[in-house]
Amino acid sequence: MEKFNTFKGIAAPFNILNVDTDKIIPKQFLTTIKRTGLGKHVFDEIRYKKDGSENPNFVLNQKPYDKSNILIAGDNFGCGSSREHAPWALKDFGIKCIISTSFADIFYNNSFKNGLLPIMVTKDERDALLEDAKDKENPEIEIDLENQEIRRPNGGKIKFKIDPFRKKCLLEGLDDIGLTELHENKIKSFEESRSTKLPWL
Amino acid sequence: MSKTLYDKIWQSHLINEQDDGTSLIYIDRHLVHEVTSPQAFEGLRLSDRKVNSPKRTLAVADHNVPTLDRELGIKEEDSRIQVEELDKNVEEFQIPYFNMNDTRQGIVHVIGPEQGFTQPGMTIVCGDSHTATHGAFGSLAFGIGTSEVEHVLATQTLIQKKAMNMLINITGNLDKIVTSKDLILYIIGKIGTAGGTGCVIEYSGNALRDMSMESRMTICNMSIEAGARAGMIAPDDITFNYLCEKPMAPKNEDWDKAVNWWKTLPSDSGAKFDKIVDIDATKVTQTITWGTSPEEIVSIDGTVPNPDKISDEVKQNKIKRSIEYMGLTPGQKISDVEINTVFIGSCTNSRIEDIRSAAEIIKGKKVSTNVKALVVPGSGLVKKQAEEEGLDVIFKHAGFEWREPGCSMCLAMNSDKLNEGDRCASTSNRNFEGRQGKGGRTHLVSPEIAAASAITGKLTDPRNVT
Repeated sequence: MEKFNTFKGIAAPFNILNVDTDKIIPKQFLTTIKRTGLGKHVFDEIRYKKDGSENPNFVLNQKPYDKSNILIAGDNFGCGSSREHAPWALKDFGIKCIISTSFADIFYNNSFKNGLLPIMVTKDERDALLEDAKDKENPEIEIDLENQEIRRPNGGKIKFKIDPFRKKCLLEGLDDIGLTELHENKIKSFEESRSTKLPWL
Repeated sequence: MSKTLYDKIWQSHLINEQDDGTSLIYIDRHLVHEVTSPQAFEGLRLSDRKVNSPKRTLAVADHNVPTLDRELGIKEEDSRIQVEELDKNVEEFQIPYFNMNDTRQGIVHVIGPEQGFTQPGMTIVCGDSHTATHGAFGSLAFGIGTSEVEHVLATQTLIQKKAMNMLINITGNLDKIVTSKDLILYIIGKIGTAGGTGCVIEYSGNALRDMSMESRMTICNMSIEAGARAGMIAPDDITFNYLCEKPMAPKNEDWDKAVNWWKTLPSDSGAKFDKIVDIDATKVTQTITWGTSPEEIVSIDGTVPNPDKISDEVKQNKIKRSIEYMGLTPGQKISDVEINTVFIGSCTNSRIEDIRSAAEIIKGKKVSTNVKALVVPGSGLVKKQAEEEGLDVIFKHAGFEWREPGCSMCLAMNSDKLNEGDRCASTSNRNFEGRQGKGGRTHLVSPEIAAASAITGKLTDPRNVT
């Protein structure tokens, strides 16, 4: 996995409650056998009109947000289906970070596996960032994972918490499976003792 | 120290724990389907890894499969490629597999229990959020993403952090007319779609002790709609009786050993829960959804809410949007809402008892002329059982279509989908915008309400169909 470096990017105001993964990437795009190429379909049903043209009212179709790297999102972002196609599609569109008050568990997990950083902040902090993002002239926010800091356009800073292990994996671009394989002996002996105690498993 | 059911399963699967709580846990069972696995198998190939434990893995094609004319194969090219990819992957990695033409094929969460692959005390995962279904057996079962599917295939473990313990305690008894679907929709309405975030829910109470395994599965299935990673119910004699003759259940002395162990699993008295919610069963009515989130519920004799009465602006906008999308008006009586589609199926409600309950209401009646109605049994074995009981004939006489098993219109990845503006009484689990087809409108209901609604062409209390 690619390392997650500090970056400055356009933040889009996306204050919708309970955005589900069906909305992020509808089922007709789940038949792919690849991880890439889903960016053009992200939010398909609200992003495009019936004739296939772009819906001008949808925020990610508007300038400058069509080049967004950050979403400032509503509560409970990413609920519903476990499809990892949701973070794949967001990442492929260019989103590297989503800031909200809360995320659904599976989406939250899936994001880290794909170098997409979900940041949880308080409601007041999220609302302040929404106001920052709404300023089309200057919607750029800086994300510094190393120092766990969001830097606002006005120079203000918001600190955030993150699980140290997940932070390390993102910063160093570590592969989970490779890390787990370091415990190979422990896994083997666990499996052997389990098979002795519970042979039908 | 007293432990919860979740604590016990977690601790017995813990291989390694870091100081920050990041843990490596062992996975007993892994269910695999065609949609969330191709990239995982590709990952294994690229890194020259093998499947660690094929015997703890079971694969089936369910999301994409056609429910009509199956012998003709899959018409849609992308779907066909995805299923062919699974065929190829299970062969290459030697994974047990029920292919599309196997009688045992069906929805992944129906076949696991049906085969006895699902058992109490296990950790069970699948690249599908409704894996929570298997928690009805007193197992820790949860949905994972494709990267984690690859991780489990390669190592038979997962990196996890322990979730919080949440208890949903159901006091009192349910009215006879109230089903487990009504109960879980009511619970989601009470705690909200993020109510269980970060938690594993244990459901308890006498009302559950009286329930069949199939009803319990309906409840655990929709834990994810309440935001929980998993839902579970302590195993008891009903669980053991359900499992005892299943093909993959332990046999002979192993069975006795297993039951003795399973009996130690229920939460100890005095076990500590981080969150406790009490639900008064006597207050639960026949519940359906009116909107586009599973928490937007209403009693079958209720009305569409009025957004003007909600002070929070974001919530008010969400409700306005739901009403607009659903084509309803505030204050409208739910029983006046006309439907044109009925879907009885999905991992929530496609088991034999669901089909029997719906057939009971349909018997001798006709589907309204304005309604397209289909039954999609959860598995080939459910279908076979229903046919042996003559239930297919009841449905077909009434004007229902009797289909082949699969996920079908629950997520509409195959050709079973709603058209723009269609309104469906559906026994499935998600009513999100476009879930059952772009522009389609979904009301989540019990099999009984789905059946009654098929007859009248409106959302209907089964007691009003005589």
